[in-house]
Amino acid sequence: MIAADFNYEAPTSLDEAFTLLRKYGDEAKILSGGHSLIPMMKLRFASPECIIDINNIPGLSDITREGDIMKIGALVREAQVEHAAELLEHFPIFADVTKLIADPQVRNMGTVGGNLAHGDAANDHPAVMMALRASVVIAGADGTRVVPIDEFFFGFYSTAIQPDEILTEIQIPMPSPYTGSAYHKLERKVGDYATAGVAVQLTIDANGICTYAGIGLTNVNPLPMRAARSEEALVGKKITDETIAEAARYASDDCNPSADLRGDVEYKRAMVGVLTKRMIHKAAQRAVA
Amino acid sequence: MTQVCKTSKAIGGMGHSMKRKEDGRFLQGKGNYVDDIKLDGMLYMDIVRSPYAYAKIKKIDSEAALKVPGVLAVITGRDLEQYNLHWMPTLMSDTQMVLPTDTVMYQAQEVAAIIATSRYAARDGREAVRVEYEVMKPVIDPFKALDPSAPVLRTDKPGKTDNHIWHWEVGDKARTEAVFASADVVVKEQMHIPRIHVASIETCGCVADYSKVNNHLTMYMTTQAPHAIRTVIALVAGHVGLTEEKVRVISPDIGGGFGGKVPVYPGYVIAIAASFLIGKPVKWIEDRSENLQADSFARDYHITAEMAGTKDGKILATRFKVLADHGYTDASANPSKFPTGMFSIATGSYDYGTTFMEADAIYTNKPPGGVAYRCSFRVTEAVHAIERMTDRYALEIGKDPAQLRFDNFIPKEAFPWHSPTGWIYDSGDYEAGLRKAMDAIDYEGLRKEQTEKRAKGELMGIGISTFTEVVGAGPSKDFDILGIKMFDSAEIRVHPTGKAIARFGTKSQGQGHETTYAQIIAEELGIPAENIQIEEGDTDTAPYGLGTYASRSTPTAGAAAAVAARKLRDKARKIAAYLLEVSEDDLEWEPGKFFVKGAPEKSKTIQELVFAAYTNHPQGMEAGFEATHYYDPPNLTFPSGAYICVVDIDKETGEIKVRRFVAIDDCGNIINPMIVQGQVHGGLTQGIAPAMYESLIYDDDGNILNGTLMDYLVPTAVESPNWETGHTITPSPHHPIGAKGVGESPTVGAPPAIANAIVDALSPYGITHLDIPITPFKVWKALKEKGAI
Ligand SMILES: Cc1cc2nc3c(=O)[nH]c(=O)nc-3n(C[C@H](O)[C@H](O)[C@H](O)COP(=O)(O)OP(=O)(O)OC[C@H]3O[C@@H](n4cnc5c(N)ncnc54)[C@H](O)[C@@H]3O)c2cc1C
Repeated sequence: MIAADFNYEAPTSLDEAFTLLRKYGDEAKILSGGHSLIPMMKLRFASPECIIDINNIPGLSDITREGDIMKIGALVREAQVEHAAELLEHFPIFADVTKLIADPQVRNMGTVGGNLAHGDAANDHPAVMMALRASVVIAGADGTRVVPIDEFFFGFYSTAIQPDEILTEIQIPMPSPYTGSAYHKLERKVGDYATAGVAVQLTIDANGICTYAGIGLTNVNPLPMRAARSEEALVGKKITDETIAEAARYASDDCNPSADLRGDVEYKRAMVGVLTKRMIHKAAQRAVA
Repeated sequence: MTQVCKTSKAIGGMGHSMKRKEDGRFLQGKGNYVDDIKLDGMLYMDIVRSPYAYAKIKKIDSEAALKVPGVLAVITGRDLEQYNLHWMPTLMSDTQMVLPTDTVMYQAQEVAAIIATSRYAARDGREAVRVEYEVMKPVIDPFKALDPSAPVLRTDKPGKTDNHIWHWEVGDKARTEAVFASADVVVKEQMHIPRIHVASIETCGCVADYSKVNNHLTMYMTTQAPHAIRTVIALVAGHVGLTEEKVRVISPDIGGGFGGKVPVYPGYVIAIAASFLIGKPVKWIEDRSENLQADSFARDYHITAEMAGTKDGKILATRFKVLADHGYTDASANPSKFPTGMFSIATGSYDYGTTFMEADAIYTNKPPGGVAYRCSFRVTEAVHAIERMTDRYALEIGKDPAQLRFDNFIPKEAFPWHSPTGWIYDSGDYEAGLRKAMDAIDYEGLRKEQTEKRAKGELMGIGISTFTEVVGAGPSKDFDILGIKMFDSAEIRVHPTGKAIARFGTKSQGQGHETTYAQIIAEELGIPAENIQIEEGDTDTAPYGLGTYASRSTPTAGAAAAVAARKLRDKARKIAAYLLEVSEDDLEWEPGKFFVKGAPEKSKTIQELVFAAYTNHPQGMEAGFEATHYYDPPNLTFPSGAYICVVDIDKETGEIKVRRFVAIDDCGNIINPMIVQGQVHGGLTQGIAPAMYESLIYDDDGNILNGTLMDYLVPTAVESPNWETGHTITPSPHHPIGAKGVGESPTVGAPPAIANAIVDALSPYGITHLDIPITPFKVWKALKEKGAI
């Protein structure tokens, strides 16, 4: 990496980190796994004056369940997620998504917190967190706030996190019984950003009626996107080929992809439809299993 | 034919899967690459590159850059002009800017160089240089380059009135036209073999170390052809005092070359100039994006391909018309007399009467290149054209493409076979190869399965490629680069204790020469391969040779090793006769010793004979045990292969899964089966690359759209199917050890097998051709257009 000059700080507590953030203002960048930040610095798209490495701050690397909430610390690595038995038991979607995030090198370093904080609709966790209706815990010197995922993403590389704040945790509501979740993305090769990606979580009651639907879309919209009409098309209904087709059609219509080397707008819309259909099927199968 | 090992495992001659001698250092991180070289007082260079494809340079403002701490100098074309070093010749006798004085001709072209005390300061300096450009409308589409309205790009060439570089043709035009006119079946496709990049793991770079005191340049450099480079440096810089004896080129370990490290890039010349002017070593190492965006591309042939035949499947003639997009200059790495390389091998493995091929090369505002990326000079393009058209023809007449091939193969009795374009194929048994591949993959079973799948609307395809390669350039009557004949060399020195060092004019970039050359010498002399040290890459110590590319090392330098070793064996025989007090004719050789016919207990080992060469040699005989040979091959070698690929396609998404891939290669006698298999695995992976993933893409303004590895999709282990490999052996009759060369066959042969399989899967919907790389999007689009989804 031939980055521009920068200072490096490695605080050992959140308070210390907040002091540093205040000192440098928006000239500082937090370093978690570094697998989005460092490529940007290498290309000199980002030239922060200071890197604040939060990896030495204790307490941010755990996956714990507290009652109805599953908590993922900001520094939990993708590789850790791959082996988190309780998390995977309730949210099989994490087994799907981590497998699709690049290669072992990236997964050994990249964090779930960083994946969200990066604020890129091309990353895979945003859509997953939307499907799960997660919340993000953001801490600053003046206290802590909990931001629902729907209010977290502001724009390209821009989130609800203020320059003097740190994302410390992700909170996911525990699902009701008979819930299943699934994620898939089309990628041109391993480690590529999604041509299109769809995350689905469904709850299906004893009568076969869908009581919960969460659907998030990856890289087919300027911001990470919830497919709200698709969710509505499922909730309160039986999961049939017709309801699935309707949900898929809405997702395809409502997203707003841009053409690039992965394909044109028509292709991407079509892929959103195909994947929505497939992921609803898969999530539904897991829900009743 | 099968091959038996003539030597014991302890000797490790031909046919033994000896572990690679070089891997010890590579696997332990002890390789020595250019970027590992650190010299006292070494400075670092970085390069300002053009953001535009075609622009006038109005001003280069270095003031801010020179204020960056550590920046010592900013070098521009005007500075080099004072020494007449701002232009350099290309291998194809065209000219190329080192640094521009007036105009930039492609995006990422070198504009100025920064010399600084650290790599970081050099990059900071680069960011601080301000260049004012006057942007012009570039010529990007090669089909529009010859429009009268297109701007003439090479205004530096006096009298140039268009963007045409050269026209080339071969074959019998009149006869071919007559056959086409009367043939029952004619098929035609327009195809593009995409512009791709070797993307070797190690980028290019050098350390230029000029000593003012000694007036001597040592050039450490990532080059596949160190000796030729030394000559080129002397030709370019002789006028400033760097004559050939004052130049030493050292090519250390190389992290992949694939043809991309044959050319001389402007960065090398600027580094030399900087070291010459400043008197300190200057290191230049490209970053990944620079490597991808500015260094030589490969391929980029637009081909109109036609085949004529009978209704029942006999090929009668082919016709190929090529438009070659060379970018801003013709910097192809071809033998001088072959502007299209060996494209004329495009008649393929088939026996038919006539062909006509022509090519026109043109200038565009793209980076120059045309390197032989793991391909013996444009053979990949040729093989794609003929193998695609063979399948196209089979589809047209509704014949099984395997059967069509059997009906048209050059029969094995017909070798040496004279091709309609003048090649003399040395040997081959194409039928045996295809049979073996079909048995391995259960071809009949697959076709049955395909019929069932098609009935259900599922997409499954089977693709074949039965290709002939042409490698080992080459015989001196036809082959030279800048006038230097394309022989290669070996020098063997055996020490008194019977251990040896051998040096070569070639240069391994991962091919395993340190092992295979030792095995060749072990085969001929019986000295264990373990005890033979191989060296290449230092022009002060190694004999002159043209380097490693185009699968030429085994056919040329490997042959030289065998011949030099045989000279030594002759000497050993003389010494043995002297020591055993018999006549030379009474002696018989078995690997490692001479013994007296009928009295095998009376023998001398090679080690004893070598020792005697230093301690007790016959009077009148020259002492020592050394031999050198410069091998001028009598002909090229013609490896071949039969590849079969099976794909399954997801109709809804267009995703392609390569289910199976069987590769049966024939590279003649095999030196090290494990290394051959490794070469084939790597080559096949570089074959799926252009077939499904890679191509350099430019927009209308000449901006590269995939100039980093985020978007230039180099396949990884995940994308690679399980390669199933095997071989047939048809030795080269003219090569001393019957070997042919293998490094490139898989890269050449794989793309059409994959393309044929994909088109086969899609053919029920009327799809007859898709250009590579065939992506999911492309498949989906084609199915959509045909109303299949
Ligand atoms: C080759 C490669 C392939 C990849 N493929 C994929 C893929 O397929 N899918 C995918 O989703 N991602 C992919 N990524 C991105 C990878 O997952 C990153 O690790 C992730 O996007 C960022 O996480 P990180 O921990 O590395 O964050 P960093 O790079 O350390 O930080 C990213 C950004 O978030 C900020 N930040 C980080 N942590 C915090 C925090 N706790 N509080 C506030 N701000 C913070 C940083 O300041 C920075 O701006 C890939 C990366 C690479 C290099």
